[in-house]
Amino acid sequence: MNRVFPRIPSGCAISGIMNKKGKRISGVDIMKSIALMHDRSNGLGGGFAAYGIYPDYQDHYALHVFYDSLANRVTAEEFINEHFNVDASEMIHTRKVKSITNPPLIWRYFVQPKKNKLLSSELTEAEYVVQCIMKINSCYEGAYIFSSGKNMGAFKGVGYPEDIGEFYRLDEYKGYIWTAHGRFPTNTPGWWGGAHPFTLLDWSIVHNGEISSYGANARFLEMFGYKCTLQTDTEAITYIFDYLMRKTGLSLELAVATVAAPLWKEIDRMDDDRKELIKTLRTVYSSLLINGPFSIILGTRNGIVALNDRIKLRNMVAATKGDFLYIASEESGIREICPNPEKVWVPKGGEPVIGLLEGVKSI
Amino acid sequence: MTLDLSTPEFLIERNRDRCIDCKVCVNQCANEAHTYDEEEGKVVSDDTKCVNCHRCVALCPTKALSVRKYPLEFRSHGTWNAHYINSIYKQAATGGILLTGMGTDKNYPIYWDHLLLNASQVTNPSIDPLREPMELKTFLGRKPDAVKIENGRLAEKLPPQLELEVPIMFSAMSFGSISLNAHKSLARAAQEMGTFWNTGEGGLHRDLFPYGKNTIVQVASGRFGVHTDYLNSGAAIEIKIGQGAKPGIGGHLPGEKVGREVSLTRMIPQGSDAISPAPHHDIYSIEDLRQLIYSLKEASNYEKPISVKIAAVHNVAAIASGIARAGADIIAIDGFRGGTGATPLRTRDTVGIPIELALAAVDSRLREEGIRNQVSLVIGGSVRNSADIVKAIAIGADAVYIGTSALIALGCHMCQRCYTGKCNWGIATQNPNLVKRLNPDIGAQRAANLVKAWSHEIKELLGGMGINALESLRGNRLMLRGVGISEKELEILGVMHAGE
Repeated sequence: MNRVFPRIPSGCAISGIMNKKGKRISGVDIMKSIALMHDRSNGLGGGFAAYGIYPDYQDHYALHVFYDSLANRVTAEEFINEHFNVDASEMIHTRKVKSITNPPLIWRYFVQPKKNKLLSSELTEAEYVVQCIMKINSCYEGAYIFSSGKNMGAFKGVGYPEDIGEFYRLDEYKGYIWTAHGRFPTNTPGWWGGAHPFTLLDWSIVHNGEISSYGANARFLEMFGYKCTLQTDTEAITYIFDYLMRKTGLSLELAVATVAAPLWKEIDRMDDDRKELIKTLRTVYSSLLINGPFSIILGTRNGIVALNDRIKLRNMVAATKGDFLYIASEESGIREICPNPEKVWVPKGGEPVIGLLEGVKSI
Repeated sequence: MTLDLSTPEFLIERNRDRCIDCKVCVNQCANEAHTYDEEEGKVVSDDTKCVNCHRCVALCPTKALSVRKYPLEFRSHGTWNAHYINSIYKQAATGGILLTGMGTDKNYPIYWDHLLLNASQVTNPSIDPLREPMELKTFLGRKPDAVKIENGRLAEKLPPQLELEVPIMFSAMSFGSISLNAHKSLARAAQEMGTFWNTGEGGLHRDLFPYGKNTIVQVASGRFGVHTDYLNSGAAIEIKIGQGAKPGIGGHLPGEKVGREVSLTRMIPQGSDAISPAPHHDIYSIEDLRQLIYSLKEASNYEKPISVKIAAVHNVAAIASGIARAGADIIAIDGFRGGTGATPLRTRDTVGIPIELALAAVDSRLREEGIRNQVSLVIGGSVRNSADIVKAIAIGADAVYIGTSALIALGCHMCQRCYTGKCNWGIATQNPNLVKRLNPDIGAQRAANLVKAWSHEIKELLGGMGINALESLRGNRLMLRGVGISEKELEILGVMHAGE
């Protein structure tokens, strides 16, 4: 707990597509969109999250894992087999791409928690899975679970995002939500786990920005059992939303009002009930205010949320056409795949753009 | 009386070409260092009585006076320097404990000066506080782990909080140790700046009850001036266990300072010594503290946060954890460089630990135990400027107490003779002629100005780091780097070395 978290600042490009009716599309569009913003990343990290890609295993947690070596895999699999029923296990199919060098071993497991283990742990199923992931990621050398949701998956690595997409053969997957990230880190992490998106259970986050509150956020999260092993802002942001929404049960709207809290002078102008509520949130969760520039796209099985920091220090554009909602760092990233959107707008700082699947009440 | 072996500490130099023998210095010096010689028809000075408070120098209309260190040196010696030799002369002459005022003047490490702040360059933008909002608002008090919400409405109210517009409060200094005008100055300044001042352990003068909304009332081991109206007059109640300048010992206000007003306020007979015992005699353990905390909560209808103030001592992290669990809403930690009106010199100079290390240790410990968010941490004891405050908050403090800095704003010149009651600046005295030298309107303005100036500077520093709300700096030790300190010190502070 006393340790200091070193971290790597980075700039980025982000893009997101969702179909409100749940119609699944291939990864071609998202790759095109993020490829157009090529100059916003520098080849040191790219990745995608896709929802709806594993309909045959929709009740299983899909674990995507990086291993440094076979030995690391054998050790980690002991733990996985001890805690989960593994119904399928395979190496993730990839394609040789010239610019992608030295990939780790990449495995995929479709698992469900072992009933007896889950019962004796006295945890909720989600918390049980989260704790198992934290255990592997912080205690098992050379093993890193980078995706763990149901009927969704993250695909990421070191390289330009379009090359990473090619490598993972994303044109062969079909999903109703796609998000993408191209990274511009200011040093060379050289580690695949450090690429984005970052995910935890169904949550995925792609993020552009460097949050200046990282130290305050991470140290608060540590108190509640989160281990910020990745040293990235995105990881911290994912845990913040997980904590606020899954653990403390805040609605999306209130979670947003916590991380991109209104200014005190805005709070003063609210009606009394609202004022007290927002003031209480800001006071109790003051360490979870995300400060500094960010634009993020948060994905879950129910939809996506795009959000800017409260004084809009990062660019982000949204657009709609038919059943599709598009978000991108630059408008060109949208027009590349949707030349004539019905509506294009620049969301205000701290005001979320929420896209929900039809028939779903909340994210 | 035996031969006095002591020599003057200061030399008063009077430029006879400038001196017009107007006697301003004579009238101004409560120590009687200046006298008018009727026979000679001129003002003369006695160096031995000078405490170097600068009063005469500042007020001399012809700028005829200056004071400097007395140019007398002992034969140099690595072990026996002038301080130790003179101390022995004094004690051999009196058989008494050496007394002093203000915080230690010894050269202990000041970790503030070994910490450097971060700023944004390229990868994220710095923020200009003159053009963008910059928020310093701070809440002190117990926070629940989670906010309870039902049907979109708040289901459980927040426990009582102190709402500070700036993270700076005036620390506890009792009426008795300082003058009523000093109290008035601090109370008005706190009100103007939207922050709090602290009564110290001597009760609250009736004239100051109107400032209750900005007052923290203290309950100390002597229980002076503690009654129901007092407890309910303030915005918070602070139990004083210890003080950084004198951990482990009580206090002693000599009878000569207990005039009518102090007597009424403290509820003790005029002219009687006010002795605060070393411990609270109803607190011999942590569970006793819990009882006092809850007695005070009962007495104030659970409407006010309860603070517990302790001195930074070796085991401070474990003690703070105990205090948090005993039900305190705020923990105030006073570092060993902190000031005082009177303290035994050896205690002041040798007992306790620096506030920076104490704060880091407490913040880390409370986080390890998962209870840091429940209590607020306020630190004091040698906060000298706005950068010290920013560093304290980055280490993990919620807010700071300033005592010495506030008194300097009122005119204190750090002569360290507060315990004599002869403060020529009207601060640490009860002599009516001296007290009136401090005009509370001007004092309030100066103290408020200091807080205003520092909050501007804090905003500049925050903006430079790309932060626009103070809470994002709290405990954000990544914003700090150490210079010139050991691995161990860095480890305790929880910061990386510059260049890492």
